[in-house]
Amino acid sequence: MKNDNQRIVITGIGLTSPLGNNLADLREGLLNGKSGIVHTEIRHMGKVAAGLCHFDEAKHQSKKMRKRGTRAGAISVYCTKESLIDSKIDFDSVDKNRVGVYLGITEHGNVETENEIHDLYNSHNMDVSLWSHHHNPRTVANNPAGEVTLNLGITGPHYTIGAACAAGNLGIIQGAQQLLLNEVDIAFAGGISESTETFGIFAAFKAQGALGHHEDPSLATRPLDLDRNGIVVSEGGAVYTLERLSDAKKRKAHIYAEILAYHSNSDASDFVLPNTQRQIECMVQAIKKAGIEPHEVDIVSMHATGTTQGDIQECHAVASVFNESKKTYINASKGFIGHAMGAAGALELAGNIPSFTDGYVHPCKKIEKLDPECAINNLVNGEKVLCDAKIILNNSFGMLGINSSLIIKKYSEEE
Amino acid sequence: MLTNTEVRTKVLDIIADIALDDDVTGINDEIALREQLDLDSMDFLDIVMELKKRHKIEVPQEDYPRLATMQSCVDYLAPKFNQ
Repeated sequence: MKNDNQRIVITGIGLTSPLGNNLADLREGLLNGKSGIVHTEIRHMGKVAAGLCHFDEAKHQSKKMRKRGTRAGAISVYCTKESLIDSKIDFDSVDKNRVGVYLGITEHGNVETENEIHDLYNSHNMDVSLWSHHHNPRTVANNPAGEVTLNLGITGPHYTIGAACAAGNLGIIQGAQQLLLNEVDIAFAGGISESTETFGIFAAFKAQGALGHHEDPSLATRPLDLDRNGIVVSEGGAVYTLERLSDAKKRKAHIYAEILAYHSNSDASDFVLPNTQRQIECMVQAIKKAGIEPHEVDIVSMHATGTTQGDIQECHAVASVFNESKKTYINASKGFIGHAMGAAGALELAGNIPSFTDGYVHPCKKIEKLDPECAINNLVNGEKVLCDAKIILNNSFGMLGINSSLIIKKYSEEE
Repeated sequence: MLTNTEVRTKVLDIIADIALDDDVTGINDEIALREQLDLDSMDFLDIVMELKKRHKIEVPQEDYPRLATMQSCVDYLAPKFNQ
């Protein structure tokens, strides 16, 4: 039996996504099958499909600090400040030494490095004395989290968690762990991505034959469909305010959910290709740590990026774990918002959390021609379904074989 | 041959692009820029970098104090603009 200091709860959510800049807009888009994917021009690539965010960068940042920082930093600041506001924490009275910032990233620094090299060759005639003195503070891996501490005057720890496309889950897990270790009292934790500003990510996926494209951008990525097309790169972020239940209760906070359990493991088998067995083990271990049975999970949010092998391997894994779970619904978000890289896990979890209150499971983007290898039970295809959800399992996987499964529960006083 | 007023305008253009949140129109030329605007050491490096990029003017590190006020900027930079 856990006491309230051993239970971690979500008391604030701040996000920006291709479907909007707050949870309500994201949820509305997912429930109603809206696409946030558009065509945009990327240096050296021309027209590509991407998921872009349109939050007001000046809402929480001065113009000078925005110019000095990075897009990833701007996303992080926006999401964290929105999360803090949502939490209704009286931040002036908080000991800032006891606040931590833990943000998952797939990569960081590509954008600034590409820009500097572009200018070096195209504007600066290879004169490296014109290389920006801002390059290092912009490209250090802790930049996104560090910009948050500068903005909010946080003097506790801050760092990013590099975990490829599992990073959104891993950021949340890191925050929860630091609270359990009593290192901090408030953790701003989640994942962010600025990847749509770097041509290298797009070019690499294209070289790999994995970049999604379609004349209609809303059809550029269709996970689990035989016409899946591939990955659409998106930017975005989701930052959660995490607290120990004891602290949340003291200030009578609104509690979105409790973090019930998590597990992370490694494939140790390939740089890129996923591994069904390790994914199964990841989910099974998370479920075991939660002290529940698979059939008690109401919603599984799949990673499902829209690549043939990724979709099939994960569907086999999910089918293996939940085959006997008659009432476990399965969905995926990337058909609507694309693949938000380091933000994906955190954003996709956010998109599902309102299921605890609105009583629906949001659908996958309509799968017209379901890949027979992906024909798993209770796939929510194209139309939302009614469900009194109490437990969600969120999968997020990444390159180099990193897997993560995070389980959250609708909050109730009883454990 | 640029006049001191023209040099001042070019310097002010640079500062305006760096002190983005400040109103630079009312700068007192005799008072340190840092006392009037939200500028830190990274901003002064930006000023030095922009002088080099826009006007090919080099400011060696030992001369950075010469950029303290608008008047000292003009006094120091006018000969360089007119070289």
